[in-house]
Amino acid sequence: MQFCLLAITKAFLIEKAVLITIVIAVSLVIAMYSTWAERKVAGFIQDRLGPNRAGWGGLLQPLADGMKLFMKEEIIPNASNKFLFILGPGVAMLTAMMTSAVIPWGNKIEVFGRSIDLQIADINIGILYIFGVVSMGVYGIMIGGWASNNKFSLLAALRGASQMISYELAMGMSIIALLMVTGSLSLKTIVEQQSAGWWNFFYQPLGFLIFMVCAFAECNRTPFDLPEAESELNFGYHQEYSSMKLGFYLFAEYINMFISSTLMATLYFGGYDIPFVNDANLLSSLGPNLTATLQALALFAKIFFFIFFFMWVRWTVPRFRYDQLMNLGWRGMIPLALANMVITAAFMLWRHG
Amino acid sequence: MEALTNRSKAVDRRPMSVWEKAYLPEIAKGMGVTLKHFFKKKPTISFPEETRPFSPVFRGLQVLNRDEKGRERCTACGLCAVACPAEAITMEAAERKQEEQHLYREEKYAARYEINMLRCIFCGLCEEACPKDAIYLSETFTPANYKRESFIYSKQDLLIPDPVTEPELYKKALGDRAKKS
Repeated sequence: MQFCLLAITKAFLIEKAVLITIVIAVSLVIAMYSTWAERKVAGFIQDRLGPNRAGWGGLLQPLADGMKLFMKEEIIPNASNKFLFILGPGVAMLTAMMTSAVIPWGNKIEVFGRSIDLQIADINIGILYIFGVVSMGVYGIMIGGWASNNKFSLLAALRGASQMISYELAMGMSIIALLMVTGSLSLKTIVEQQSAGWWNFFYQPLGFLIFMVCAFAECNRTPFDLPEAESELNFGYHQEYSSMKLGFYLFAEYINMFISSTLMATLYFGGYDIPFVNDANLLSSLGPNLTATLQALALFAKIFFFIFFFMWVRWTVPRFRYDQLMNLGWRGMIPLALANMVITAAFMLWRHG
Repeated sequence: MEALTNRSKAVDRRPMSVWEKAYLPEIAKGMGVTLKHFFKKKPTISFPEETRPFSPVFRGLQVLNRDEKGRERCTACGLCAVACPAEAITMEAAERKQEEQHLYREEKYAARYEINMLRCIFCGLCEEACPKDAIYLSETFTPANYKRESFIYSKQDLLIPDPVTEPELYKKALGDRAKKS
């Protein structure tokens, strides 16, 4: 039994490596096309067409943008701290990518006689891991803003840090209420519970609302995009950045958006559970591989809806003022999250007698 | 102050109601508006493929006309240059030689004829002034250019294609704007 823990075979390594490669590639492609979708959605909401010249419907636009970023001159300001200046975008990208490790993308598939979990790591403290990594995300902004040695960038970094801390509290408390309902920290277990019963959204509508608003704030998306408020701080913490280092920051933002959409879908909207269909019946009639594919498609449909929602909000709601942001965070979100937590706790106690 | 029209609306300065303070319903309302716009028909005209239809009285780029035998109609009388309020037209006259009768309709012709398109205001007075129907304003506009000098259009730029040697191009350039040819 002791050796079971160390039973890391070659096949296991290959399986995980392939899975990691696929997840990273998919997140990058989705982040890339999110930029295209963002501009398309913005265009449509503003009665324009959006990019439509590069390729059919402008589909090659992200490639052209990427090429432009790669070709541009890489400038490192003289007065900056060179090491931190390069570290900043790296940290932002790393933390954005790391979160996807614990998300279940579907049920098991069977390839080459092996049963493979569509999840990189099913750790029993999944949500805690996510919180740990997400809170690291602020370092990307902090380091970048500090290392630029520019007043605007520093201000943006300070804003970003205080905003993230303020909203992480409310987010954590909304998650605590969710954990009381599910009784597990493993994302896989949470999804399986939702597959069997109702989606968590119906138990925790207020919790979902708080989580969503905080996710917007964590991703630095409008209406909470104060760290990069162009009209106040020029370009915020990435003002001194150019070329692909800027690209990394922009990319990390879109990956964050993708990951938080995934989290919202996983935690509150059943994850890979296909709505109105009994997944267990599907498994016996279609076999594991087809079921897993359909489940992954269902999950991605939910994710794409949330990504669209992110963009929809961005092009509707104007940016908060800084005091309004803090007011909403500390005097709106946190009391609401606390109330939600207490009510949920009382309800759980009453139900269990 | 007394209102000039009865269309003006006083700004509502009442404190927000609880419903408005809740903020989310109002956001939902706003998102409804943006969603409506999302599905609206877009007024964009994708330019090189689609062009905006011009009105029948649109005054565009000048064209120097030829007659049905392909001879230049302009006789370099200078009336257009006099009529031009922006002083965009310059010309130099020359006398037609015996062997040039198939090129120029009148005994005097414009050896040089230039319009500065940066000065031109497309008022169409040159067209009205011309006694020979030699110049008229077409349905196209001046294309963009990189140099100011390139906006001074010479006779070669302005002349319509020859109806005898290039009938198709001539027809295309003529459009349905020229008076009887």
